[in-house]
Order: sequence, then C-alpha cells, then structure tokens
Amino acid sequence: MALIELTHVKKSYAQKKTAVHAVNDVSLQVEKGDIYGIVGYSGAGKSTLVRLLNGLELPTDGDVVINGQNILALKNKELRNFRKKIGMIFQHFNLLWSRTVIQNIELPLELAGVKKAQRRQKAKELVQLVGLEGREDAYPSQLSGGQKQRVGIARALANDPEILLCDEATSALDPQTTEEVLELLLSINKKLHLTIVLITHEMNVIRKICNKVAVMELGKIVEEGSVQAVFSNPQQAVTKRFVQQDLEPEEDPEELRQAFLRENPHGRLVTLTFTQDNANEPVISQAIRQFKIDVNVVYGKIQQTNEGSFGALTVLLTGDTKEIDQAVAFFGSQQVAVEVIEGGE
Amino acid sequence: MGNKTFSETYLNFEQIDWGNMQQATIDTLFMTFFSMVLVIIIGLLLGLALYSLGRKSTTGASVAYNIVSIVSNAFRSTPFMILMVLIIPFTTLLVGSFLGAKAAIPALVLSAAPFYARMVEIAFREVSPGVIEAAEAMGASYWEIIYKIVIPESVPALISGITVTTISMIGYTAMAGAIGAGGLGSLAWQEGFQRGNYTVTLVATVIILLIVFILQGLGDFLAKATDKR
Repeated sequence: MALIELTHVKKSYAQKKTAVHAVNDVSLQVEKGDIYGIVGYSGAGKSTLVRLLNGLELPTDGDVVINGQNILALKNKELRNFRKKIGMIFQHFNLLWSRTVIQNIELPLELAGVKKAQRRQKAKELVQLVGLEGREDAYPSQLSGGQKQRVGIARALANDPEILLCDEATSALDPQTTEEVLELLLSINKKLHLTIVLITHEMNVIRKICNKVAVMELGKIVEEGSVQAVFSNPQQAVTKRFVQQDLEPEEDPEELRQAFLRENPHGRLVTLTFTQDNANEPVISQAIRQFKIDVNVVYGKIQQTNEGSFGALTVLLTGDTKEIDQAVAFFGSQQVAVEVIEGGE
Repeated sequence: MGNKTFSETYLNFEQIDWGNMQQATIDTLFMTFFSMVLVIIIGLLLGLALYSLGRKSTTGASVAYNIVSIVSNAFRSTPFMILMVLIIPFTTLLVGSFLGAKAAIPALVLSAAPFYARMVEIAFREVSPGVIEAAEAMGASYWEIIYKIVIPESVPALISGITVTTISMIGYTAMAGAIGAGGLGSLAWQEGFQRGNYTVTLVATVIILLIVFILQGLGDFLAKATDKR
C-alpha cells in the first residue's frame, strides 16, 4: 500500500448559492521516498489538496489514507497527534517573529511534550542539518528569505516526520536561493528517507527535484506520472503550457518566428520535443536525408531532469508540402512529439 | 482672574498644601494602578472571548460575539461621568460607599475594561494567520495556539494597549474626583477651582502630565523592546 492514498477525494465549500469544488474527485498515490510534485496555476486547488494530507482540511467526500490511517476516522486529539508526524513548510515561512531560530525549531517539540534538554539537543542537530550554525539566537527578522526557509524546514523536521509537505516553499525566493533550498530538500529526502509532497506553480522546481508529478487544473488532476514521462510527452493543454514555460528561452521568440516566416512564406514552423530515449538519435539528419526538405533551426533548449534529459527544438521546414507532411509523420514515428506552430494549413 | 496678575494667579505656590498634593497623587496612582490590574485581567479575558468567538463561524458563536460586543461597546461608549453616577447603587453594594478612591474603581474598571478588551481583540487578530496555520499543522491545540502563538506574537500591541488605556484611565480618575473619589482631579476641582487657587490646579495638571509622560515613555520602551519584527 502506498504511503499516501487519496481515492475520489472531493472538497467543496458552500458559497451563498453554489458549491465551490476546490478539489474535485482526486485520486493519487505517493510511495514512500517519493518527491511528488503537484503543479498548477493559482486557483487550481493544490493548496487545498496539500492541506487534505495533514487534515488541516477534511474531505467532503472520498478517503484520505496516510500510512494506512484514514484521516476521517481520527478524533480531534488523535488528529492533532497524527499531524505531529507530518511536517509542513510554507511560502511565507510562517515563523514566529517573537522567537529566535532555535526557539522556533523547538516549538513542535514543546507541543509534543519533549523535555527541555532533549529539545535543545534535537534543535541543535537540526540547525546543523539545515546549515544554520551560528544563527541559533537570531530572530527571523534578521535572516534572509533562504535562511528563514531553512528554519522552516528544520522546524518541520523536529518531530521526525515521515512526510514533508511543501506549500509553494520556494515561490517567495529568488532563483539562486530556490536552488539552495531545493538542494537541501533533495538531500534530506535521501538522508532521512523522507517522502516529500510539494505544490508549486514553477515547473523548474518539479524538474529539479521531483520524481513524480501531477498536473492540477480546476480541482482535478489532469495528468500524472513520472516527471520524465509527463515532461517529454505532455498531453493536456495546461501541462503543455507548463512545459513550455520551462523550455522557452527568456526572450520572446515570437519575433524570431515571424522573421523566419516572412523570409520563408511557404515553410512550416514546428516544435519537436525529444525525450531521454531519442534525444541522442540523429532524427533530424535522418529526416533530411530521407525527404526533400530543408531544416532551419529557429531555437531550442535541452533540459536536465532528475532522471535524464529532454529537449525541444523549434525548426522551420521548407520544401514540398507533401515532403514536409511525410517528414512530420516520420518524426512522429520516431517518438518525437511534433507541434505545428505556423504554416500547417 | 479678576485684577490679579498672571503670577499671582498661577504661580502662588504658598497656597499649596504639599501634604494634600502628595496624598492626592498617591490616590490617583492607587486608583489607576488597582483599576488597571483589574482592567488588564478582565480585558484580556474579554478580548480573548471576542477573538475566539469572532473566529468561529457557527451561528451560536456569532450571536455570542454580538452580545459580548454590544455590551462591551455600551460600557465603553457611555460617558464616564454618566456611567459613574449610573452605577452608584452597585458601587455602594460592592465597596460599601460611593465616596473615596476605592469607590471610583468599579466605574473605572467598567468603562476601561471593554476598551482594553477591544484592543486585545485587535492585537490578537493581527497575529499572522499563516503562523497559526503552521501551529495547527504541528498539532497544536486551541489553548496551545493561544498561549504559545497568539499571546507571545501580540505582546507589543498588548503593551501599547495598556499604555493607551492607562493614560485615558488617568483622565477618568480626574473626573472621578468630582464625586469625591479624591486624587489630583478632585484637588484641582475643589481646592483649585472652587476656592480660586489656580496654582493648585496648575500644579495638579503638571503632576498628571508628568505621570502621563513617564507612562507613555515606559510603554513605548517596553513595546519596542519586545518587538522583534
């Protein structure tokens, strides 16, 4: 049995006349040791979904089973004790400004009734784990964003949880700090065999540390699977947008496309997405040899993920329409996803 | 002032009975201090009740919230002089007399406690909801959230509230002087105005101002010292 099992979970809120379904019939499984990413735009229901995992929200329908325990079966006090075994970190860190770093980390231990000396000891170990030695007695206001999130992580780990929930944990951080925090998460995932469920709207977060991903839209999971599979072959429009967000170069390529099309009005602009398996194959040169077409590279990008590389290449195909059609079909047969941008009729 | 000069009116220190002045100062401080102790206790409890009831969304809680809120608003907004006169029978029952410093305390508490309660409620409400959610995620119970999160995180605001309430309380004690509560207000009124010794009034005013400045300074210092934001 998976560590986290959601079956047909719904969460709705009554608003004046209509019910709002924040989470609408979601089923998912997270295995022990997974770093499971849930990606979606704001309003997709991912915040509610992650709060269903520690009972901050209770499902209106369906079952949430964590480690064999159905959350709905827990009474108040049992639910509170159950939460002590699930850590959570937040976008805005949610530290107590009135407590120092070490006191913040001790809070969950206090709540769990751990004795003072043991508390200190454990908190000190955690300070080391997250690399905040020397800052124990600083107040949160004296720390940078990245340091605050480290405190948040240390605090979340205080009661030795099996699961860590991350609610947009890097969204308030700059790219450099995001990188550092993600590395920390990855290292504690390995070191402590911790299962991590994270929600984000940033695709690069998923790409860098997750092994599984679910894409959420309007309260539903529209696509799910290994990061590699979902990234290299996105099915849903929203997933494609996310993958695109991550692949697109910083500058807007629209102008570039237009310029190419002006020069070659009969060409066809396509984006080819390569997966780990065929990224190293000379698919394009094979196509050029087999069909009477010319290939002009417009722009491209290759990404490293946790498990391998994949990339997208936007090219302009020129030649006979028939030849181009055959080439596109050939790409498809080589497991390269083809998206026609312009000139496809 | 009649045909007296300014200094004859306001700086005629020979008129002052410093023993009386000292006693009046002590009376004012006594009334303020004792009332404030009660105001802080009652205000914290009442403020906590308002905060807790305001957070719940059940009908019962919202009815209870409105009742507490209306009653406390009523006491808070009734002009102090009227409130004091209004509750004379109650005061007599409680402290045995409606005269003297002790007799002023029920009215002072009744008008200032709801005032402070409102400030407590506001202070509690300003605690970051995110921090409270974090505590809930850690498995904190309701009371643990109150005494480990909500109270510590609102200490500077609670202190500022005490400062403001204490200062307006000193103003009330002066009014209480009118019904024989004693204190600097009473001295300024009886000795100063009724007998025409304006110097007494001026000195009483200066002492009250000194007390207010010291309290304000102390309050600001403590609020700042406890604020680590």
